[in-house]
Amino acid sequence: MLSNLGNILLFLNVVLSLSIIYSANKNLKTFGEVNRNIFQLSLIQSTTIIICFFVLIAAFITSDFSLITVYQNSHSLKPLFYKIAGTWGNHEGSLLLWAIILSIFSFLFLVYNKNHPKNFRLLTLIIQNILILGFLFFILFNSNPFSKISPIPSEGLGLNPILQDPALAIHPPLLYVGFVGASIYFSAAIASLITDYSEKSFSLSIKNWVLLSWCFQTLGILVGSIWAYYELGWGGFWFWDPVENASLLPWFAMTALFHSLIVFEKRNLFYFWVIILCLITFTLSVMGTFLVRSGILNSVHTFASDPSRGIYILIFLSLMIFGSIFFLFQKYKKENYDLNRNSKETFILVNNWFMMFYLITVLLGTIYPIFTDALTENKISVGPPFYNAIIFPVVVVFLLFMAIGPKAKWIKNKFENIRIYFLILTGAIGLNLAIIFFFKSYSLLSNFIIISALFLIIASFMDITKAFKKNKLDFARIISHMSFGFLVLFIGLNDIFSLEKDYNIKLGETKKFDNYSIELQNLDLKNYKNYQAVIGKLEIKNINSNQTNILNPEIRIYDNPKTLTYEAAIKTSLIKDYYLTMSNIDRSDYYNIKFQKKPSMAWIWISVIMIVVGGSIRLFSNAKNN
Amino acid sequence: MQKIIKITILFIFLFVIGIFYISLSRDTNYNTSSLINKETPEFKIISFDESDTYTRDDIKKNNYTLINFWASWCAPCKIEHPILMKLSQKKNLMILGINFKDKDPQARTFLNELGNPYDLLAKDKNGKQSVKFGIYGIPESILINKELIIIQKFIGPLSVDDYDNIIKIIEKS
Repeated sequence: MLSNLGNILLFLNVVLSLSIIYSANKNLKTFGEVNRNIFQLSLIQSTTIIICFFVLIAAFITSDFSLITVYQNSHSLKPLFYKIAGTWGNHEGSLLLWAIILSIFSFLFLVYNKNHPKNFRLLTLIIQNILILGFLFFILFNSNPFSKISPIPSEGLGLNPILQDPALAIHPPLLYVGFVGASIYFSAAIASLITDYSEKSFSLSIKNWVLLSWCFQTLGILVGSIWAYYELGWGGFWFWDPVENASLLPWFAMTALFHSLIVFEKRNLFYFWVIILCLITFTLSVMGTFLVRSGILNSVHTFASDPSRGIYILIFLSLMIFGSIFFLFQKYKKENYDLNRNSKETFILVNNWFMMFYLITVLLGTIYPIFTDALTENKISVGPPFYNAIIFPVVVVFLLFMAIGPKAKWIKNKFENIRIYFLILTGAIGLNLAIIFFFKSYSLLSNFIIISALFLIIASFMDITKAFKKNKLDFARIISHMSFGFLVLFIGLNDIFSLEKDYNIKLGETKKFDNYSIELQNLDLKNYKNYQAVIGKLEIKNINSNQTNILNPEIRIYDNPKTLTYEAAIKTSLIKDYYLTMSNIDRSDYYNIKFQKKPSMAWIWISVIMIVVGGSIRLFSNAKNN
Repeated sequence: MQKIIKITILFIFLFVIGIFYISLSRDTNYNTSSLINKETPEFKIISFDESDTYTRDDIKKNNYTLINFWASWCAPCKIEHPILMKLSQKKNLMILGINFKDKDPQARTFLNELGNPYDLLAKDKNGKQSVKFGIYGIPESILINKELIIIQKFIGPLSVDDYDNIIKIIEKS
């Protein structure tokens, strides 16, 4: 029953998209306002796709195993929360979520951009609906969440246990708002090219959408990292996994985009560059989806891979790319920039160069193995050493520019108070030396990174005090930039001061290292609703301060599907995290434990949240001003 | 000039999409079954104390050889270590350890603490030699017979089942 209802609603959506395209196209040739029934159609479209999604949620809640998707990804004994989260934790359901976001953004863009030319809005709507149609066809003909299975199985296969996690329940929706949200400025960019809408005001139509998607993308990446840290049991939070990279690529493009938009809005420069970035962002999102869902990359995320999906997304991607190139080449005119060396425009351009540098580095690292594999017989993998070696040295210079750039003036070549930067730099070097003096020394590169991060933080603090005096606050920028400084600082400190030990340990045994001791005091076997757990009780003692902590890592044996997972025990405090994982060794009394002390973990998360807070402040103040 | 740039851009995209298309039809699964029953590649690897080099000739001397790739930084390597220790007692099997992208002092401490199961110990500082054996991550182990034919490849830590399996093979002859 639910299957039929879902299919009908999907089909209805196709009809609605087609009729929106048809009426918008007709409306292009008439004078006056955007036709009222287009608004209505668009509203109905968003509503039906949401209802369609609720039908799927209902199927998951009621464990309707007549649907293949539910059968493959759920189980009747699953807690309700994970039954619901399971809806978008799989390929088919997540595509439906894509379609929802495409539709809602399409409707809201139409509603909130009343001051912009009619034909620009209509064309944006048409292009957005072509994208929606593409996804609906993909859902209907290749990845239908409402496909039936017969005979109806009595029980489902269950959701992969490592995906049963609160962070992972919200990770995909956040990321999709970012990823898919980029579609609306992709559509708007093409509409702008077609209608020659290249005035400054074009930036107003998209900048809030860019910021919105950027905020969500950042949060999505953050939650994914937190999940990896808690769940994967390696103690790391970023692995340069191809799929993580796929989420980072559009993020770089978005970041470059909203910085360029500032220049475009103020000076009417960089129009084509802004357009290119709009097109690149969503293209990279779809390319990321292609890489993840087609299964041509091996990664922790390839839970949903299938070559036939790959072909479909690849065709879709090619159409997007060549469509974009076609319109862009048709309208492209060479722009001559006559920028003063020390003007704000120049500095923002510098930001964009850095972003493009990061983007190209990560893009190459991600797709290079695919190329070597396809062209030669060699399989290679590009790992953290590549990214660390190329990205981190450049971050040093980037941070310095982040501190100095915002203080440059528009148009003018004048740059004030060079002396103050020497003072700040001296301060940063002093603090860095203090860290080395009181704690320990570290590599030259780490020194540079810590100094430049401190430089940005101190400079931002001075901006705050100065801004308070003048009563002209650009909180959004200051908070985001400063938090980025903190982020790099804490990642640096975390890397430098991390401690990692691993041992094979027996019940009752104590291991000593540095000024810590670890004792395996007890092992407990417990039965839970859908898994059994061996819970270790380990006491970590800091011999100097005589402080003890009890940690309880677990080995879990899940029933459906039968899987063994290792749950890390983590003791978080503001200064440091203790991180402990335990695994069993076949036919032996010994357990392998891995203990890590990771300083300032909590602050890494907080810094990213503050970066988003900065972005949201800008978003809200923009919305208020409009 | 602009035309050339435009054409170049088009070609780059066509190329990328072409590669993506080719990749779709390729088997990218982590599949090493193709290695089985193939001859061991030629190799020349330096011994851990740098006093000697090992080649295929060293494998020919024994009925069976297990090449084990390990490092002190690899936690699963510790998990499989007791199994290697047990295997080291078998007469019919030589174990060649290849210390993979590791630092000497740490590797030495590892063996001092947990025991040394290796009849021959070599090192591959930059991981280049291991590539010949199709090593992606460690631990991995390869079982080879006297004729230099690869009998089996083990990805990830050796389990008790793998142990039984190896015993069955080497005691057959």
